[in-house]
Amino acid sequence: MSNADMQTGIREEAARLLAEGRVDAVVGFEEGSLPMRAAPCFVSDPDGADRLVWNAFCSNNLSRYLRGSDRRLGVVAKGCDTRSIVELIKERQVARDSVVVIGVPCRGMADPRLLSDKAGPGRITSVEEAGDDLVISANGGTITVRLDEVLHRSCAVCVRRNPVLSDVLVGEGVPERPGDSFGDVAELSSRDAGDRWEHFSDEMSRCIRCYACRSACPMCYCTRCFVDDTGPRWVGRGTGVGDVLSFHLMRVMHLAGRCVECGACERACPMDIDLAALNRKSCADVERLFGYRAGLSPDAPAPLSAFDPGDPQDFMLEPGQG
Amino acid sequence: MNAIPGRQVPRLLDALLGGHVVFAPVRHGRIVAFEPIASGSDAVLGCSNSTVSPRHVLLPRMETLLTSCSGDAYARECTCPDSPVVLFGSRPCDARALTLLDRILSGGANRDVYYQRRRDLLTIVSIGCARPLETCFCTAMGGGPFSTDGSDILLEECEGSFLVHVVTERGRALASKLGVCDAGRRPGGATAAAEEETGHPAAPTGIDPGMLKGSLDASFDDPVWRAISERCIGCGICSYVCPSCHCFDIVDEEAGGSACRKRVWDSCQFASFTEQASGFNPRPTGASRYRQRIMHKFSYCIDDYGMAGCVGCGRCVTECPVNLDIREVLKAFAARGAL
Repeated sequence: MSNADMQTGIREEAARLLAEGRVDAVVGFEEGSLPMRAAPCFVSDPDGADRLVWNAFCSNNLSRYLRGSDRRLGVVAKGCDTRSIVELIKERQVARDSVVVIGVPCRGMADPRLLSDKAGPGRITSVEEAGDDLVISANGGTITVRLDEVLHRSCAVCVRRNPVLSDVLVGEGVPERPGDSFGDVAELSSRDAGDRWEHFSDEMSRCIRCYACRSACPMCYCTRCFVDDTGPRWVGRGTGVGDVLSFHLMRVMHLAGRCVECGACERACPMDIDLAALNRKSCADVERLFGYRAGLSPDAPAPLSAFDPGDPQDFMLEPGQG
Repeated sequence: MNAIPGRQVPRLLDALLGGHVVFAPVRHGRIVAFEPIASGSDAVLGCSNSTVSPRHVLLPRMETLLTSCSGDAYARECTCPDSPVVLFGSRPCDARALTLLDRILSGGANRDVYYQRRRDLLTIVSIGCARPLETCFCTAMGGGPFSTDGSDILLEECEGSFLVHVVTERGRALASKLGVCDAGRRPGGATAAAEEETGHPAAPTGIDPGMLKGSLDASFDDPVWRAISERCIGCGICSYVCPSCHCFDIVDEEAGGSACRKRVWDSCQFASFTEQASGFNPRPTGASRYRQRIMHKFSYCIDDYGMAGCVGCGRCVTECPVNLDIREVLKAFAARGAL
């Protein structure tokens, strides 16, 4: 089913939910103000459902908006978005019956930066979809690329393109990709410690502490983040590499077993920092140690919230080996 | 010589490096940022607006104001270099933003000694924008792709060379050191013909600053702020990439066994920005914080400093992770009139 048909389906479902009074508003995407952008939007009137769009640039994880809302919300959710909804429900942050999930099977979202690389210097005026291809209009001509070649990094290793849970499913399911074996994590882990230190200190040296990674993350919802604490102050406020690394490492540890690999942090980062590498490592460890990948099952207990006598104990007996 | 051939720019920067710290655009993968360069060839000049603005040249992301000495005595420490600094390759919008920072931090009664010390050492060589981006709206904010506001020298690309426009005495001193002189032409003239053909993307976007201020002043309590800011996720990108934003926090930290007082960037978009020791927060919602950002830039700055706190560089438009486009917000308010 084409994205245009999906868009029609999303509009119909949103209008119906609003008209029937099942939700107060639907969180979806509208046309962005720039080429290759779709913008999160809230539609509260059935007639407004025509604003909703569905295309290769609907990359934001909209589950970010569900927590703490004083309205009953419907939400347009891709596979990864539903994974975070699953975790938010498990963590009692979202009540299952307070949200209507409009599930949308997803073929992966396109990374505007990769499209710009393909188009070369000059301005991209529009990108149209044609089957599995994207047609870029730039510099007075057009270039056709396959969607698969320009996916966001998180989409290229996605293990769940179809919604894990939904109240309304739009369109037909898409085939899942072959399993992800964390090859990128293995590659990085195989480098010696000096190399890795150099890689991460170099990446972190660009951090400006804007906290966009934290703000975009659906699972980063602490009422008070540890970096904002002043008594005691756990992490210095400046941009020294030690403080920056402390923030990012503690964030990763806090997301262990909870990160759904949606890539929202990495896409939001204005400084193009390799944030996914750290989160992916924690995801790989949690899968290896506990056989758990966040958000894939509404019923499986969260590994760091549940005790199982069979849980690995090596970390206590042989620190550093776990 | 009143024009510098493009291929000679690295050599010219090398000559400057003899007696100056030179900040120029440097590329790290997809990011372009202003950094002190070690060699003239490190500078990338063909790029459009840098990812983050060069305001850290005058307001570093982190600077130590004081460190403790023995006992109760404090020593002042300013980490800025003693040698003269050249900011090379800034765009006219960025240079114009520094004129706002000057009004706030270097004019009037509240002169900031740390800022002033850096400012006194700085010469700004900007490059006019022959190819503004689609996100640029400098003209609507009272500047322009060839505005000389804030620049000491403005360079203009013309057939593979850079025409020299000397703007200030400080610029004249630097130009004479480099053996170049003013082209004696109107800045932007060499680009005007091309401009007419293609239409100017930095043209006004339907925002009348006077109308806008009246409309904003009448809208402080309007519930529309909630709808406008609903998609905002409350990160600090817009403030941190901005050339005009200048809010900071002061923190006491420990380093190497001594106490130090640091100034670090802060953002009005963070809830902690206005949180008081009692726990009370006068701006408790995202809507109140987003309103503050817009009101500060387009109303309070005009009242207090006579110019808007925005120069239309478009970085917040490009970088906002949820595409909350400030131009759309301003257009909507400008269209409402003064109510």
